[in-house]
Amino acid sequence: MENLIALLIAAPLLGAAVLLCGGRRLDRVGHWLGTLLAAASFVIGVVLFGDMLGKSGEGRSLHQHLFSWIPVEGFQADVAFQLDQLSMTFVLLITGVGTLIHIYSIGYMEHDERRRRFFGYLNLFLAAMLLLVLADNYLLLYMGWEGVGLASYLLIGFWQHKPSAATAAKKAFLVNRVGDMGLSIAIMLMFTTFGTFAFGPVLSSTGDATEGKLTAIGLMLLLAACGKSAQVPLQSWLGDAMEGPTPVSALIHAATMVTAGVYLITRSGAIFNAAPDAQLVVVVVGAVTLLFGAIVGCAKDDIKKALAGSTMSQIGYMILAAGLGPIGYVFAIMHLVTHGFFKAGLFLGAGSVMHGMNDEVDMRKYGGLRKYMPVTFVTFGLGYLAIIGFPGLSGFFSKDKIIEAAFAKGGTEGWILGAVTLLGAAITAFYMTRVMLLTFFGEKRWQPDDNGHEPHPHESPKSMTIPMVILAFGSVFAGGFFSIGDRFLHWLEPVTGHSHGNPPVSATTVTTATVVVLVIGVAIAWFMYGRKPVPVAAPRGSLLTRAARRDLLQDDFNHVVLVRGGEHLTRSLVYVDHTLVDGVVNGTAASFGGLSGRLRKLQNGYARTYAVSMFGGTAVLIAATLLMRAV
Amino acid sequence: MNPVNYLYLASLLFTIGAAGVLIRRNAIVVFMCIELMLNACNLAFVAFSRMHGNLDGQIIAFFTMVVAAAEVVVGLAIIVSLFRSRHSASVDDASLMKL
Amino acid sequence: MSLLAASSLASVTSVSSFTSAPSFTSAATTTSTGEAVQFWILGTVAVVGALCTILMKKAVHSALCLAATMIVLAVFYLANGAYFLGVVQIVVYTGAIMMLFLFVVMLVGVTAADSLKETLKGQRWWAAACGLGFGVLLIGGIGNASLTSFTGLGQANAGGNVEGLAALIFTRYVFAFEITGALLITASVGAMLLTHRERTERAKTQREMAEERVRKGTQLPPLPAPGVYARHNAVDIAGLLPDGTPSELTVNKTLKDRGQIRDVSNEAIADLKALEQRSSERLGREDEEAKR
Repeated sequence: MENLIALLIAAPLLGAAVLLCGGRRLDRVGHWLGTLLAAASFVIGVVLFGDMLGKSGEGRSLHQHLFSWIPVEGFQADVAFQLDQLSMTFVLLITGVGTLIHIYSIGYMEHDERRRRFFGYLNLFLAAMLLLVLADNYLLLYMGWEGVGLASYLLIGFWQHKPSAATAAKKAFLVNRVGDMGLSIAIMLMFTTFGTFAFGPVLSSTGDATEGKLTAIGLMLLLAACGKSAQVPLQSWLGDAMEGPTPVSALIHAATMVTAGVYLITRSGAIFNAAPDAQLVVVVVGAVTLLFGAIVGCAKDDIKKALAGSTMSQIGYMILAAGLGPIGYVFAIMHLVTHGFFKAGLFLGAGSVMHGMNDEVDMRKYGGLRKYMPVTFVTFGLGYLAIIGFPGLSGFFSKDKIIEAAFAKGGTEGWILGAVTLLGAAITAFYMTRVMLLTFFGEKRWQPDDNGHEPHPHESPKSMTIPMVILAFGSVFAGGFFSIGDRFLHWLEPVTGHSHGNPPVSATTVTTATVVVLVIGVAIAWFMYGRKPVPVAAPRGSLLTRAARRDLLQDDFNHVVLVRGGEHLTRSLVYVDHTLVDGVVNGTAASFGGLSGRLRKLQNGYARTYAVSMFGGTAVLIAATLLMRAV
Repeated sequence: MNPVNYLYLASLLFTIGAAGVLIRRNAIVVFMCIELMLNACNLAFVAFSRMHGNLDGQIIAFFTMVVAAAEVVVGLAIIVSLFRSRHSASVDDASLMKL
Repeated sequence: MSLLAASSLASVTSVSSFTSAPSFTSAATTTSTGEAVQFWILGTVAVVGALCTILMKKAVHSALCLAATMIVLAVFYLANGAYFLGVVQIVVYTGAIMMLFLFVVMLVGVTAADSLKETLKGQRWWAAACGLGFGVLLIGGIGNASLTSFTGLGQANAGGNVEGLAALIFTRYVFAFEITGALLITASVGAMLLTHRERTERAKTQREMAEERVRKGTQLPPLPAPGVYARHNAVDIAGLLPDGTPSELTVNKTLKDRGQIRDVSNEAIADLKALEQRSSERLGREDEEAKR
C-alpha cells in the first residue's frame, strides 16, 4: 500500500511535465488532463485513506523509501515519504480542494489562451505541496517548500502582462525567500545538533539538545512559517498576491499553501514543546497577525483583498493554536481543514461574482447581487456563516475550540489570548458581514465601465458552481462531522499529542461569549452598511481606516525600514568598501610599490655596492657581538 | 712587544684590503685586495699559532694558501674571459642585473 | 730586499733562541727587542704597501706593492716560528700567484677601470665609513681581549717546524688535505674550461686570408712601419707622411689607446727646415734665391 504514496506526487508531476513541455497541441485537452491527474491523485489519496482507516494505532503510519538522494558519509538525505494521519489530512485537503478548483478553473479560465500552462502550473503546485506534506525529512520538505514557492510565484504572475501582477509575484517571491532562509538555517542547525534531519530521529531526540538550540531552531522554523503563511512581519505579500487568477487565490493563497506554516509548526511540535520561548513567540505572532489581518480586512473595498485579510487573520488563529502546544495542535489543523473548505468556497464565490461583473473587484460597485447569482449567493452565504462561526457550521466548531484552547493556556497569558481571539472573532463577524452586505444586499450600484459596457450579472457555468456547492457542503458539515465524538481529535492525537490544559472558564461560557461577540460584530456591520445605502466612492474614513486601507502601512514600513535602510546600509557599505577596504588594499599595494621603488635603488646591479652592504653587515655583526659580550 | 701587535697589523691590513675591494673598479686590483685580506687572515692565524703554542693555526694558514691559489686560478680565468667578451675589466661594467 | 732578508733571518734566530728557552711551560709576555724593532719597521712597510696596493693607479704598480707586502708578511711568518709557511709564502704566493697576476695584467692591458675617479654615488663615503667602523671595531675587539701572555712555539717546533706540520697534515688534517688537493685539480680544470675558446669554424688558410684582404681592398699593402721619415724609428713614434704629418696607422693600437704616441712631426719639420737652411748656406744658394 505504501508504494502508492509516490504515485500521489507522481500524478500531478506528470501532468505538470506533460502540460508544460507538451506545447500547443495539448491546448485542447490540457485542462482535462490536468484535472484528471489531480483527480487521480485524489482517488489514490482516498484509497490510502480507506486503507489507513482499516488499520489501527502505529500501523497507520506508512513509510516509503524511494531512493537515496544524497548519500554522503555522515550526511544521508533520502527521498522517502511518510504518510501518517497528519499528512493524510493534508493530502485529502490538497487533492480534494485542488481537484475542485481544477474543475472550477476549466470554466473560469475558459477564455484565457494560456489555460494549458495555467493547469500545468496548478499541477506543479499540487505535486510540490504533496511533496511538502509527505516528505519524511526536512530537506525533502524544503524541496517541496521551494516548489510551492515557485508555483505560487508563477501563478501570481500568471497575468504577467499586468505590471501589478508581475510586481506582486516578485514581491511574494522575495518575501518568501526571507522565510525560506529561516527554514534552511533551521535545517542546518538541526544537522549540527542532531546529525540528521529526518523527522523521526530529530523529533524523538529533542531531549538531547539544549533549550537554547531548540529555541533557535524553533524561531527559524517560525520565520519560515511566517514567510509562507503570511504572518507578521512577513505578511505583506499576501494582499498583493490577489493579483493572480481567483482559483489560484482560492487554492494556494487561502486553502493550502499558506497553511504550510501551520503544518511545519505542528509537524515540528516536539521541538516547540521543548522550547517554550519559541512557542511564546509563535503565539504572539499568531495573535498579532490575527488582529492585523482582521483590521485590514475591515477596510478593504476590493473583495479579494478583504478575503486575503481574512485569510491572514484565520491563519493567525491557526498559528496561535499551534503555538499553544499540545493543547492546540489538533484544533489548529482542524481549523485549517474547515478554513480550507469555507475560504476556498468564499474565494470561488468571489471569483464567480467577478466573473459576472466584468472582473470588477470593488465591492462598493456590487450591491444586490443575490437576485442575479442565486447559487453563488447561497454558497457564499454558507461560507460566510461558516467563517464567522455561526453555531452549527464548520467555523463555529473549529474556532470555538481554538478560543477555548487559548483560555486553557492558563494564567494571564490565557486571559490575554482568549480576549484577543474573542476580539478577532468579533472583527471577523464584522468584516465578513460587511463583505456580504456590500456584495449581495442593498440596491445595485454597478456602473458602466470605461468602455461603456454595462455589466450584466449572471450566474456562472456549472463547472464553476458545482465546486462551490461541494465546498459549501464542506463548510457546513465538516466542523460538525469532525467534532461530534471528538473524531478529529482521536484521529490526529497519535501524531500531535493532546492535552486539555486547565481552562479557567467552562467550555459553555466560552461558546456563549463567542456567540455574543459574533452577534455584536454582525450588528455593528449591519448598522454601518445594512441600514443605509453605501456610497460608491469610499469615504475618507478615520485614521485607522485609512491606515488599514494601506494594509496598516506594512509596505510603508517595509519601504522605510527595510528598503531605505537597506539602501543606506548598501551605500555605507559601498562607502566603507571604497574608502576603507579599497584604501587598505590599494594603500598596501601602493606602499609596497613605493617601498619596492625605493628598495629597488639599492639593487643597482653593482657588485661593489653589494660588497659595501656585506661589509657593513659584518661590521654590525661584530658590533653586536662585542655589545653582547659587554652586557 | 707583545705578539698581539701582529693581530693589530692583521686587522689593519684586512681593513685596507676590504676598503680596496670597495673602492677599486679594476677587477684585477679587486682580486689583489682580496688576496691582501686573505694574507692578513693568514698572519692572524700564524700569530695565534704562536700564542697558543700549537701548529694548528699554521695548518689553517697553509690550507688558506692552497684555497687562495685555487681561487686565484679560477678568478683570473673568469676575469680573462670577462675581458674577452666585454673588453673591460671593470667590475661596474658587469652589472647586467640592474634595471 | 737583501737587507730585509738579512734582518728577518736575524730575528728568526732571536725568536728561536727565545722560544727554546729552558722553561716551556711558563708563558712569556714579551718578545725580544730585535723582533719588536723588526715589527715596527716592517709593519710600517706592510701597511704602506697595502695602502699603495689600493691607491696606485696602475694595476702593475698595485701588484708590485702587494708583492712587497707579501714578502714582509713572509718575514713575519718566519719571525713567528712558521718557517715552512714563510718559505711557501715567498715561493708560492709572491713567486707564483703574483706572477700570475702580472700575466693577467699584461693580458688585459690598460682599461678605463684603472681610473680612480669614483662613478658610484656615495660609494666612497660608504666604503670609508664601513672600513673605519670595521677597523675600529676589530682593533677594539682585539684590544678588549686579554691576550697579555703567549705560549710560544718552542715545544711545538721542537722536532722541527716542517716535521710538526707534516705530522699534523698527514694525521689529523689528512682529509682536509686530500680535499684541498681535489679542489686544486678542479680549479685548474675550471680555469682551462673558462679560458678555452671553442673554434666554431675551420681556421682560414693563408691563401683565404690574402684573398679576403684583396677583396676588401682597404689596406692592401702592409701597414707602414713606425718611424718612417721620422728621426727615430721607435715603436711609439708615428711615421711621417710626405707632408710631414704623422700617420696613425704606423703605431700599435694599444699604444694609441694608452696615449703613449710621441709626436715628432713638428720637431721633424723644424729639423728639416734647419737642414735646408744649412745646406743652402753651404751651397751658396742664397744668392741664387736673392737673384730669383
